Amino acid sequence: MSTVVLLIVTGLGLGALYFLIASGLSLIFGLMDVLNFAHGAFLAIGAYGTWWAAGFLPGAGPDGPGFLLALTFGVAAGTLAATLVELCVIRPLYGRHREQILATVGLSLAVPALLQAIWGADPLTFPKPRAVRGTVDLLGAHIPKDRVLLILVAVALFTALWLFNSRTRYGLIVRAGVQDRAMVTALGIDVRRSFTLVFAIGGAAAALAGALGGLYYGVVTPTQGMSLLIFAFIVVVIGGTTSLTGCAIASVTVALVQQFANYYTVAGLGDIAVVIVLAVVLLTRQGGLAAKKSAERVA
Amino acid sequence: MITETEPQAPTTEAAAGGRTPRPRRLPRWAGPVAVLAILLTLPFSTITVPGLFHGALNSPATLHLLAFCLVFGGLATSYDLLYGRVGLLSFGHALYFACGAYVAALLMRILELPLVWAALVSVLAGTLLSLLLGAVALRVNGIAMAMVTLAFAQTGSILVARDPGRATGGEEGLSLNTAMVPDTLVGVMNTVNLYWVAVAYAAFATVVVWWLSASPVGRVWQGIRANEQRVAVLGVDPYPYKLAAFTVGGGLASLGGVVYLLVTGGVTPTITTAEFTLTLLVMVALGGAGSRWGALLGAGLYTYAEHRLRQLGGDSFSALPDWIAAPLSQPLFILGTLFVLMVFFFPGGLVALPERVRSALRDRRATRE
Repeated sequence: MSTVVLLIVTGLGLGALYFLIASGLSLIFGLMDVLNFAHGAFLAIGAYGTWWAAGFLPGAGPDGPGFLLALTFGVAAGTLAATLVELCVIRPLYGRHREQILATVGLSLAVPALLQAIWGADPLTFPKPRAVRGTVDLLGAHIPKDRVLLILVAVALFTALWLFNSRTRYGLIVRAGVQDRAMVTALGIDVRRSFTLVFAIGGAAAALAGALGGLYYGVVTPTQGMSLLIFAFIVVVIGGTTSLTGCAIASVTVALVQQFANYYTVAGLGDIAVVIVLAVVLLTRQGGLAAKKSAERVA
Repeated sequence: MITETEPQAPTTEAAAGGRTPRPRRLPRWAGPVAVLAILLTLPFSTITVPGLFHGALNSPATLHLLAFCLVFGGLATSYDLLYGRVGLLSFGHALYFACGAYVAALLMRILELPLVWAALVSVLAGTLLSLLLGAVALRVNGIAMAMVTLAFAQTGSILVARDPGRATGGEEGLSLNTAMVPDTLVGVMNTVNLYWVAVAYAAFATVVVWWLSASPVGRVWQGIRANEQRVAVLGVDPYPYKLAAFTVGGGLASLGGVVYLLVTGGVTPTITTAEFTLTLLVMVALGGAGSRWGALLGAGLYTYAEHRLRQLGGDSFSALPDWIAAPLSQPLFILGTLFVLMVFFFPGGLVALPERVRSALRDRRATRE
């Protein structure tokens, strides 16, 4: 019993991490049709930004309020990077989806290499604030506190995004744009203006995921983003791009399948089980679980 | 769009030839023959090219680097068959390459099969694998297909890294079992023979892709790339054609894997990763997707540049301040950045460059007149 609880909560923690990455990816893909390979780079920037700030930024530190400041710094760095990428790289290539993908592929190779050049290829130990060290007891299982933190953050992000989507004017435009971009443009609204916003939100969420991923894994490496990104892509494809809820459900499903299969069978089989789930979903319900629109419009 | 350069090229060429006959134009076979002749005479020349290569052209180090470039040239050509000719965006090409290399290495290691049989079986395995996975992946289109291929390749990558039964060697990879390889392909002294193998592979891949693209199947591929729905409306089911391209591409890639195994004398899990496929995409886009020489040129230049930058990285930039020197010592940083710039300023790749320059000059002349 306690093992099952532990696996569920750990799975939810991993699912939370996937959700942080995939929510931004799916927003970007849904609205702009950009398959953003640079998302892993935003994640790495968030992780390294937080790590650097915790060690070197005056006022910030590896613990307590200092860590919050470091986290804020990391997220700000990721947001800034995402905004710059949208303005300088994606914007001039509007309407040319192949080129946009190629440009983000180039960035996804260059940015980790840059991080590696500055801080080396070896994993760096990520600071762990006292508040998330140790475990809490739940139904007889000892659950690491950082998993709980991840889940709380993901729930908070979900709520925030949901409020943004349903209560603000920009959210309305974004939602309508995901449904039918041509129609929104025809109604006289410049959807492109919201592109930068969506990219910034996605970048911030990815950077947050990078920093929290640092807590989850205990270390940061330049290439961490890429391996997480692949699972986030799978989540986006399974969850579809039209609804936030679909994305959340897909994140949790993928993570739980992965955790349980990895624990009860051979390690590594969980990752493969996820791929099988993806293949089944794609072949039976094209365009994902919650999607009315298929993911096939591009390329 | 990058992908639209090729179909127009022959027609514009023919039209230009019709209006203003240019006697200087060489026959179509002249280019390939010249390139092949240069490649075949290289090992016999003792010329040194200062700055480009260490040592003479026929020194083992240079030949090894050239063989490497050629292997990637052939591999990129097989990827271009999917990306440039048919317009399929696959993120899983590394899987078939790795399948060729790993299966061949394992067969020679565990079953102690001689090279020829190991190569044959592994290429067959790679072709079958791409047929099977392609049949699944091609059920969906566009980005969804790209994601499925990525996921399949990731599975392969995980499998290799987990080292089931201590067979794949995990992070360390596998070394070539030289006892099963003919003596003429082993050792530094025989680098030239490896070079011949690499030339043969690159030529074979190129010829297959050119020949298929010129065949009736190639016409359908062109149609699929331009507008798949229209092909379907015309009564041709695109699915078997796409699957054929996927399978041939996968088979050529697995053959490339075997050649890679011979040239490097081993195989490591880096060739199974998604990043590896992304570098293939970069190579093809760099040279010019769907063009005659693009993939070969892009792959050759990329491989050469990465190799040289790695060599230069350590010492050449030490005079510069640290914050410039550190990023410059990372080949991927330089290549990635250059690639992004290239996407901006030279869409269509290197092969489209002369035409762009020419048309720019023509425009300028026109405005002056």
